[in-house]
Amino acid sequence: MSILPLIILLLAMCATGYWYGSKKALSAPLPVRYLSSGNPHQFGLFVVVWGVLPPAMLFILWLVFSFLPIDADGSIAQQIDKVVFPALIMLGAAAGLYMAIREINPKLRVRKSLERCVYAALLLASTLSVFTTVGIVLSLLFETIQFFEKVPYSEFFLALDWSPQTAMRADQVGSSGSFGAVPLFTGTMLITFIAMIVAVPLGLMSAIYMTEYASRRFRATVKPILEILAGIPTVVYGFFAALTVGVFFRDVGTAIGLDVVTESALAAGVVMGMMIIPFISSLSDDVIMAVPQNLRDASYGLGATKSETVLKVIIPAALPGIVGAILLAMSRAIGETMIVVMAAGFAANLTANPLEAVTTVTVQIVGLLVGDQEFDSAKTLAAFALALTLFVITLCLNVIALLVVRKYREKYD
Amino acid sequence: MLAKDMNTVYNDTKSIISAKDVSVFYGEKRALKSVSLDIPENQITALIGPSGCGKSTFLRCLNRMNDTIENCRVEGNITVDGQDIYAPHVDEVLLRARVGMVFQKANPFPKSIYDNVAYAPRIHGLAKNKDELDDIVLASLEKAGLLDEVKDLLNESGTGLSGGQQQRLCIARALAVQPDIILMDEPCSALDPIATAKVEELIEELRKNYTIIIVTHSMQQAARISQKTAFFHLGEIVEIGETEQLFTSPNDKRTQGYITGRFG
Ligand SMILES: Nc1ncnc2c1ncn2[C@@H]1O[C@H](COP(=O)(O)OP(=O)(O)OP(=O)(O)O)[C@@H](O)[C@H]1O
Ligand SMILES: [Mg+2]
Repeated sequence: MSILPLIILLLAMCATGYWYGSKKALSAPLPVRYLSSGNPHQFGLFVVVWGVLPPAMLFILWLVFSFLPIDADGSIAQQIDKVVFPALIMLGAAAGLYMAIREINPKLRVRKSLERCVYAALLLASTLSVFTTVGIVLSLLFETIQFFEKVPYSEFFLALDWSPQTAMRADQVGSSGSFGAVPLFTGTMLITFIAMIVAVPLGLMSAIYMTEYASRRFRATVKPILEILAGIPTVVYGFFAALTVGVFFRDVGTAIGLDVVTESALAAGVVMGMMIIPFISSLSDDVIMAVPQNLRDASYGLGATKSETVLKVIIPAALPGIVGAILLAMSRAIGETMIVVMAAGFAANLTANPLEAVTTVTVQIVGLLVGDQEFDSAKTLAAFALALTLFVITLCLNVIALLVVRKYREKYD
Repeated sequence: MLAKDMNTVYNDTKSIISAKDVSVFYGEKRALKSVSLDIPENQITALIGPSGCGKSTFLRCLNRMNDTIENCRVEGNITVDGQDIYAPHVDEVLLRARVGMVFQKANPFPKSIYDNVAYAPRIHGLAKNKDELDDIVLASLEKAGLLDEVKDLLNESGTGLSGGQQQRLCIARALAVQPDIILMDEPCSALDPIATAKVEELIEELRKNYTIIIVTHSMQQAARISQKTAFFHLGEIVEIGETEQLFTSPNDKRTQGYITGRFG
């Protein structure tokens, strides 16, 4: 029995349960009904919940079992899959519905039990994402520990040379790679730095223009357009960086006698900056809007001009929020991969020159994991170590951003 | 028109502001209808009237704060010291330095007390050096009757003061620009009776050197501190008179209804 008819059957059973439950609730004598603790609809839902819960539980149980290594050849699992499981589910649903319908009487506090179901569902949803985060961190952590059994900490964090080519067989040449991650982190920093130089002034100024200077009509049309920038897939930014901006910078470079490679940190950084402009502008837009109007009035009332008001009152008042916005945008830039893959290349150069090619942590993670590799080779495991380090860095940035933003909130509440 | 006639009767002191046929529109909506009012120099003029009748709107016309509201349009003629303040060559920023404003809700900047008061002098370059600035700040706080309370807290945040202290800080901040005229929009509405009494005392004190126009919802307050009172109703001025006369024997039924209604 495949899953679709099973679900349809279940739904039909629940619908019947709902219909029957609400009817039964209605059939109670009138005076009792008015005092009862729920309306027919809620009694119906109550029945449905009891019809759905047992199959759901069984399904989860079955999932857990199918992950456990009980049977070797999978025949038992198939048996269970085909016959036992659907039968069990049907039985569970039927039993649940029957019990619930039998329970129905005017004194039953369905309102309360339904409320509890909603509570449980919401709790589950919110803890699930927490567990996911924990799971991700743990999986990174285990592989990272393995990695550091093969490669010493000192090499990873201090050595300046990154060439992770390890041999698949012992007799190959160049069998020992070197895993100094410093050039990757400096590359990430360089590109992020360039991106922030582009994005912070442009984003901030556009936010100020939008909130303080633009007419309401202009704002209503232009702001959504600006936010479209945030919806462009990063691959498209990548094209733009590699094929348009990179080439443009190279041509300009040759024209003024500079040696600029097509895949330069500058091109990637500038395009990445454009990508994060909407983050900065729309987040700072919100915090600037949140600065109370009466502070503006106070400033204008004292004879300050608009730009004086912006510089001396609005920006200082919104500064914590703006800093938060910048930090969030920065962690976004640090984690960005696609633009750098396409526009800055794979060469792990240790350089501060934006006109050269550099590579970033995220790009190398991609590079390490594509292609055929043993899963426990140092090369593959290095990806996890890089990812964990990066995760810790962006996590710190996010935490700082959150703290700053929270402090800001307290101020005007 | 009644309002105009009343105006001329009480024109015995020199008027510093004179508004003629002022109408204000918010978009299509007309919030003030041909209002005319003369404000005598070095006196306290109270604007009273039910909520939404246009008192704040009128007040904001006098220092062109309405310019900051996007769809607001002002018609008519307003002169300060005989000069039309809506004339094209007039810089509204300089006008606002002459005609200061204190708002209904105390709105100190989230800066230190010192910086709050020093804000306008710094912008307008009123002080040549730090000492002069110190003098202006201390003198303004003194005039606002706040100096004794905050002498040792000048570097603390202005938002940390009590409501009444904040309101006096805002007055000090307005005084630091050295204006001639101060507009006050319900400056005591958020204050308790003791803080109100302090601010009222201060306003009376300021009258010697400044012309003050105050919007208030409290009849008692208007009666206590003002010399001249204008009663607004539905965007018009119904009655203007000397405060005492207006409160004891109002000419218009609506005025009478409003002030007696309030006294219960
Ligand atoms: N920014 C604005 N945009 C549109 N309409 C406004 C605006 N400000 C005031 N109004 C309208 O103008 C009219 C007069 O408002 P105003 O604030 O001057 O009244 P008020 O007498 O000060 O009332 P209150 O005593 O409640 O402060 C009101 O009907 C109000 O709805
Ligand atoms: Mg008002």
